[in-house]
Amino acid sequence: MIFAMLGEAWRAMGANRLRTLLTMLGMVIGVGAVVLMMSIGQGAQYAIKQTIMAMGSNLFILRSGHTMSGGVRSGSGSAHTLTVSDADAIAELPGVEAVAPIHPGSAQIMYGPNNWNTAIIGTTPSYFDARSWPITSGSAFTDSDVRSATRVALIGKAAAQNLFGDENPIGKTIRIQQSPFVILGLLAGKGQSMDGRDEDDTLIIPLTTAQRQVFGTQFPGSVRMVMVKAASQEIMPAVEKSMTELLRQRHRIREGMENDFFLRNLTAMADSAEESTRVMSLLLGAIASVSLLVGGIGIMNIMLVSVTERTREIGIRMAIGARERDILLQFLLEAIIISLGGCFIGLLLGIGGALLVNALTGMTVIISASSAVVAFGVAAAVGIFFGFYPARKAAQLDPIEALRYQ
Amino acid sequence: MADPVIRIEGLHKSYETSAGLFPALKEVSLDIAAGEFVAIMGPSGSGKSTFMNLLGCLDRPSAGRYVLDGRDVADLGKDELALLRNRTIGFVFQGFNLLPRMSLLDNVALPLIYRGMAREERQRRARGQLDKVGLKDYAASMPNKISGGQQQRVAIARALVNHPRLILADEPTGNLDSRTGEEIMALFDELNRDGITIVLVTHEADIAQHARRQVQFLDGRIVGDEATAHHDPITGSAGILPACGQDARVP
Repeated sequence: MIFAMLGEAWRAMGANRLRTLLTMLGMVIGVGAVVLMMSIGQGAQYAIKQTIMAMGSNLFILRSGHTMSGGVRSGSGSAHTLTVSDADAIAELPGVEAVAPIHPGSAQIMYGPNNWNTAIIGTTPSYFDARSWPITSGSAFTDSDVRSATRVALIGKAAAQNLFGDENPIGKTIRIQQSPFVILGLLAGKGQSMDGRDEDDTLIIPLTTAQRQVFGTQFPGSVRMVMVKAASQEIMPAVEKSMTELLRQRHRIREGMENDFFLRNLTAMADSAEESTRVMSLLLGAIASVSLLVGGIGIMNIMLVSVTERTREIGIRMAIGARERDILLQFLLEAIIISLGGCFIGLLLGIGGALLVNALTGMTVIISASSAVVAFGVAAAVGIFFGFYPARKAAQLDPIEALRYQ
Repeated sequence: MADPVIRIEGLHKSYETSAGLFPALKEVSLDIAAGEFVAIMGPSGSGKSTFMNLLGCLDRPSAGRYVLDGRDVADLGKDELALLRNRTIGFVFQGFNLLPRMSLLDNVALPLIYRGMAREERQRRARGQLDKVGLKDYAASMPNKISGGQQQRVAIARALVNHPRLILADEPTGNLDSRTGEEIMALFDELNRDGITIVLVTHEADIAQHARRQVQFLDGRIVGDEATAHHDPITGSAGILPACGQDARVP
């Protein structure tokens, strides 16, 4: 019976091909827009996630506090409250995976006739763990390099490109302010940081070397920044709390006094960035869904016209024994076929559009099965929802009136 | 006489109109036995169309009893009425009422769809009925490609496809020329000989001659009910109608 009904629905649609196609077009555009918007939105989300993962996950940044002289407050890190032994103490806390004290700066680096100004990071070997930054070739410096302040360095991809071109940098000697440094290793590419800086344009040297030989400092035991990696995202709040307590205790800060350091949770910032893209993609999807709604209304409109046009046919069918539900099913099937057909074409167009966007702009797009399933489900629901009213109207026609209809 | 196919007692039907309740049928009582061939006659507005709609279970009476094939229609739900229209009654209309987008075969097979029959069986039976009305070779044709007489034959085949006990024909020759009309009536005669009960609405006296019983309607009442004097469609038509009018009796 259902096959016979499907055949009839097909025939009825075929009788008015152009109209059927135009009705479908509403669904095509609606579903196509939803699929396209969702794949672009998910692509953007994915891109953000990649950036966050490149930064390193579950990270805290600890900076020393500010100084105040005669009412002028310097920025954070200007005081020298954080020490290497603070960092060592933090490393002993439960849930802390890696701790890297950092002395950042920048300097001109030279190799043969080439020179290049790059960011210089003085730190310890655990920095590579904290940032989950792999080394492509060569090796990292060791704790003993840090202890004896040897002049060794690891170079980032972009800095190496600028200084060495295609030459292999491993084992080469570069100069920073006349001091020779041996390149031990080449870091893997990391891309842009969240603030748009190229993370690969960098040189990493032992902390002590940076402090004593490159930048110089009046406070040899202190550092301006410490990077702390927690073992997992869930324990980050606990780690933050115990770290704060530890530092207040070590710095002898009385209750009610302000911290002399700044602790920032990088993951939370990343989360908010991700959240905002998620909201944006949701918004895009919502706007696209409106066109799906419009498509549904188009179906209802055409089905109502179709019911009116075929009033006499409905009367005849009733006279020869069609029950209300037979008529209902017949018109409902037509609406569902139109909406599913439109949905299928729209799905193909949406996927095609997403691939086109990717090919033309290089924007990351993600075509997920779930968005396709959602679009299909919504389209079927729209077909049933907007097809039901006209179908019910047809089923409840008075057979005598319908037979008399010209 | 065997159990009647149709038993009607005190049937009333009124319609709501802007001028108030309009009584289309008043106190109509009628029995029709199995195998009868009845012509319903009367001027327009006499209530015969309303009566046919009630007979065909397309409408429900305002009051009175209608027993069709042993079942009181008042007790039946919408789906059961649809089932009666599907199995027990076959309709033939003045305007043929074939579905324009379907082949003749599919038109004839349509009632079988609502019966839930499988496709092969539907086609086999529909083909058999088309053969019976002499249109075997037109199975794949579309309704607008054949003549009016042929369309009415297809409509009759459709009415017969579920082997109904009762055929209700509403002015079946009204849209046909007299020669084609006679051919259609010959088909009805043949069906009646096979034992199918036929109720036919017409206002043409010579068409009514094919029936064996003529029922006259006027102003919503039956004003005449008698056997056709001369059951001969070719020669016996003259003088029958006046006789009928003279003998009209109010029940």
